[in-house]
Amino acid sequence: MTILSTKNLTKTYGKKTALSQINIEIPRGRIIGLLGPNGSGKSTFIKLAAGLLVPTDGEIIIAGEAPGVDTKAKVSYLSERTYLNDWMRVSEIIAFFEDFYEDFNRIKAENMLKDLNINPDDRLKTMSKGTKEKVQLILVMSRQAQLYLLDEPIGGVDPAARDYILNTIITNYKEDAAVIISTHLIADIEQILDDIIFINQGELVMSSSVDEIREAHNKSVDGLFREVFKC
Amino acid sequence: MKWYIDSDRPIYKQLVEQIELRIISGVYTPGDKLESVREMAMDAGVNPNTMQKALAELERMELVFAQRTSGRFITEDLKVIEEAKKNLAVQEIGAFLEKMKKLGMGRNEILALMEKIEEGEKEDDHIKH
Repeated sequence: MTILSTKNLTKTYGKKTALSQINIEIPRGRIIGLLGPNGSGKSTFIKLAAGLLVPTDGEIIIAGEAPGVDTKAKVSYLSERTYLNDWMRVSEIIAFFEDFYEDFNRIKAENMLKDLNINPDDRLKTMSKGTKEKVQLILVMSRQAQLYLLDEPIGGVDPAARDYILNTIITNYKEDAAVIISTHLIADIEQILDDIIFINQGELVMSSSVDEIREAHNKSVDGLFREVFKC
Repeated sequence: MKWYIDSDRPIYKQLVEQIELRIISGVYTPGDKLESVREMAMDAGVNPNTMQKALAELERMELVFAQRTSGRFITEDLKVIEEAKKNLAVQEIGAFLEKMKKLGMGRNEILALMEKIEEGEKEDDHIKH
């Protein structure tokens, strides 16, 4: 069962093409790495799926529909930049999420905060960059969504927290949901991925399973990436 | 026990090898119930689908069997385990001989050296005790 599919998905910003004729199908129950160098179109893809951008051409379908109000209830999106108000306390943001999303699980969020020693009474502005990232990821993963879109979720956190976050993604694994993780820190997340999608300069370069790549190239995905995108 | 995943080979194959080794070396004993796929995946830090694939392969190898409702168990057939042990030993020795060949060591040289090293270990034991 497909959760996300695209047909000739294209996005241009003025004269610049960010994504060109992308055709992919993402089944439920998979964890997918969206990989590519800086400026390859990863964030554009995620934003199209999140319904924040509209395709210039082609289409993107999520759970049978074009991104909109209905799909937003099924898609949990972690943006690259924070959109939460700095002056808010974590507990207030949790109340916010509970209001906004029917599928938000408060107990899950509170447990994760506890595991990572984050005080719900703290205000975001008093937190380090890494801690803020953790809070956002906790919020996003505490929804019972069908599609999780994580744009660079592990960029700013320390290795121990990274392990916890990856574990959280594995624990959260559900057969009817898919997780798309965009990142360039491939080596760190490779073990938890089913499939990868390589994009470069807006074009689909490769889409394959991690073990297929390892089998065919005798290399990790990280190793192959370094070879393909050698500067 | 820790899991080790190298970077250059399929992950599921490495999981198969490590679980096989645990069965052969008695970390998992015959008839033991395995944890759920999800728990094992978390423990190894890998994707649940990959762990599932590894366990399916172990089932095919008859080292593990599934019972429809109660989960997966280590085989109770000691012959299968013994066979796996032998296969693994043959593989390891093959790899060892290959390396020795690269070092230019002949059969007699290897055997002599092995005996010498073994005696050395015995002497060490003697001194310690």
